[in-house]
Amino acid sequence: MEKGTWEVKAGLAQMLKGGVIMDVVSAEQAKIAEDAGACSVMALERVPSDIRVAGGVARMADPERILSIMECVTIPVMAKCRIGHLVEAQVLESLGVDYVDESEVLTPADESNHIWKHGFKVPFVCGCRDLGEALRRIAEGAAMMRTKGEAGTGNIVEAVRHMRAVMSEVRKVQYMAEDELQAEAKALGASLEVLRQVKVLGRLPVVNFAAGGVATPADAALMMQLGADGVFVGSGVFKASNPERVAKAIVKAVTHYQDPAIIAEASKGLGDAMPGIDVRTLKQEQLLAVRGW
Amino acid sequence: MAKIGVLALQGDFAEHIAVLHRLATDCREVRLPGHLEGLDGLIIPGGESTTIARLLDVYDIREPLKRKVREGMSVWGTCAGMILLARKLVEDRPQPMELMDIEVQRNAYGRQVDSFEADIPIAALGVAPFHCIFIRAPKIKHLGPGVEVLGKLTEGGVVAIQQGKLLATAFHPELTEDTRFHEYFLSIVAGQSHDPYPGPD
Repeated sequence: MEKGTWEVKAGLAQMLKGGVIMDVVSAEQAKIAEDAGACSVMALERVPSDIRVAGGVARMADPERILSIMECVTIPVMAKCRIGHLVEAQVLESLGVDYVDESEVLTPADESNHIWKHGFKVPFVCGCRDLGEALRRIAEGAAMMRTKGEAGTGNIVEAVRHMRAVMSEVRKVQYMAEDELQAEAKALGASLEVLRQVKVLGRLPVVNFAAGGVATPADAALMMQLGADGVFVGSGVFKASNPERVAKAIVKAVTHYQDPAIIAEASKGLGDAMPGIDVRTLKQEQLLAVRGW
Repeated sequence: MAKIGVLALQGDFAEHIAVLHRLATDCREVRLPGHLEGLDGLIIPGGESTTIARLLDVYDIREPLKRKVREGMSVWGTCAGMILLARKLVEDRPQPMELMDIEVQRNAYGRQVDSFEADIPIAALGVAPFHCIFIRAPKIKHLGPGVEVLGKLTEGGVVAIQQGKLLATAFHPELTEDTRFHEYFLSIVAGQSHDPYPGPD
């Protein structure tokens, strides 16, 4: 009997497919998310839009808060650590969280190195903007990916840009000859071995969710149609005027992402979505997706 | 040729469909009650049982599914699917479908860091052991008299069972390259394996 293997790490992400992972900051919110049909929750100190407002250094959440969330739901609980902060990751592993998100939403602890994730029993999810970034994280041991988008904006444009980039590069790689793969691995800054897997599978070798800017059921279905295996919703649920209804509607839109009539029905009378931000008005230092490499 | 559905509300339904395609099976995704029409067998995949159970009710699939089973449809549940087929859960939610005479405890081995892999002999599949991947897996706490044990851990825990045309595994054959469990399910659907569904109790 072997624990903490690659198969069980990547396998848990496969069980989350077709689902919605919601950011929560309290046990009450976690319960609302679970009852609405979330397949997992991300336990946080603040949702990303509040992190933007608060400023300063954003760190791993208080273990007490994470544990209180783990106690009140039976779906898997994820939590974020700073990029490169291997001790925050060790702490989260010791708490027994089901997935660690090495996340650009928190202030990076290391601007050169990401965590060597193969050394952990707990699986990791990481963000990416393109195929090269995804493959670097997978080579370090990320068992699940998510496109970064621009968290806390309620604006889907960056999530679309990143998912489009990953998917079109995957399509391109599928038709490459072996000699071209060598050059492509160099150009992408990616491991040739993982790139070969992409060619054979015709997709990333791990589950890839969309994140960063999903605010409506139609946003969620859009990301699914572009090739996401599932969706993270950060501020989009609990910054909406009616979180419970929005949460249920987004779950519905992800299951039935190819059925516009059901998405239309789910989108009716949801109240105000979270107030959004035009990403072009953000200054360079306010962008989260550029953190990490 | 038998028509197989895979419940596609949430979870790793695409992995099951990929195996069924490799076996050249006629299959479809099931997201609404109408999609059950004409099916001879249904697979309930791995996923989050709380989520899937809730969506079964949101889309009114629970009762039509149970009716199809009474009419002779075969069902195989993997992990979350086993939880949903149970007669009773140790916890008070979610509400299972009460189709197999088993009592099940969810996440019974601990949290994700306790998920594991093990090779288990399963006589019905032949001599070679089956490589089993357990992810936040459930345990069977009680087995009814009509339930046949197909596989056990070396410590004794029952992890694969059959009751007439119903099959359940606490692990995920769909995550491996080994297609023997899917082939076994197809033989049950084809009526080559056991008597028709006797009903719980």
